[in-house]
Amino acid sequence: MIRKKAKVGTDECVACGCCVKVCPRNAISIFKGIYAEVDKNLCVGCGKCAKECPASVIILEEAV
Amino acid sequence: MKTKKHWYDYLWILSLTYLILGFFNILFAWLGLLCFFIPLIISLVNGSKAYCNKYCGRGQLFSIIGGNLGLSRKKSVPKWMKSKYFRYGFLIFFFAMFFVMLWNTYLVFAQAKDLSTAVTLLWTFKLPWQWAYHGTLFSPWVAQFAFGFYSVMLTSTVLGLVTMILFKPRSWCVYCPMGTMTQLICKAKNVTKSQK
Ligand code: SF4
Ligand code: SF4
Ligand code: SF4
Repeated sequence: MIRKKAKVGTDECVACGCCVKVCPRNAISIFKGIYAEVDKNLCVGCGKCAKECPASVIILEEAV
Repeated sequence: MKTKKHWYDYLWILSLTYLILGFFNILFAWLGLLCFFIPLIISLVNGSKAYCNKYCGRGQLFSIIGGNLGLSRKKSVPKWMKSKYFRYGFLIFFFAMFFVMLWNTYLVFAQAKDLSTAVTLLWTFKLPWQWAYHGTLFSPWVAQFAFGFYSVMLTSTVLGLVTMILFKPRSWCVYCPMGTMTQLICKAKNVTKSQK
């Protein structure tokens, strides 16, 4: 089974935290107010964060 | 699945109230300084964007109107809008305009200019606003600052609403000067820390 995980384009992330608020698994945190970080062990690849992100910098990627 | 609501998820009510109060008495505009100093202090002291991430009522307001009420096309913002050039450029422009506003306040304080009871929208359009002015207990510059500051708040709300409708609900957060500035402060704090 292919499992997808969220991945943040940290360079363009504005650290607004919209993704954190919608993640049902609490898998995202904002690293020192600079960018969002996804805990790959918690992420279930639902894609809610990617939809919410105002800067559209989250993509769902196949986890290796 | 719905995430649990916290007390701070209701701060949008304050943001909305603030905008409404400005229609009744302009002096309430002074309260808006809280939206300037709280995020700055949090980022300077704590090195975090907790203000954006948790408390900002304006961001919540956009996600409610654009998200819950659906008043948004939910499209990605154009690439230039999230570029550093635009974000930093807008921050500089915003602050330049802010200082112009402070200068006008000073001119009224120095009695070089009369109080203008107008709200300037988008730094251009002067809207007559005298109905919200019932004289000031303090000196006229206090009211001038209130008109100026409310202009800043109303302008950013209008811009935020436009980009909310055109793009994603919280598109304003991509180029919000407070958001950009607090992120820069966090970055700067982190560089100095890692050099130690
Ligand atoms: S929603 Fe997007 S821009 Fe905002 S913190 Fe998350 S990844 Fe970054
Ligand atoms: S894809 Fe879903 S579970 Fe994974 S980080 Fe985004 S919101 Fe959370
Ligand atoms: S970026 Fe601006 S509007 Fe968005 S949460 Fe931060 S301070 Fe509020």
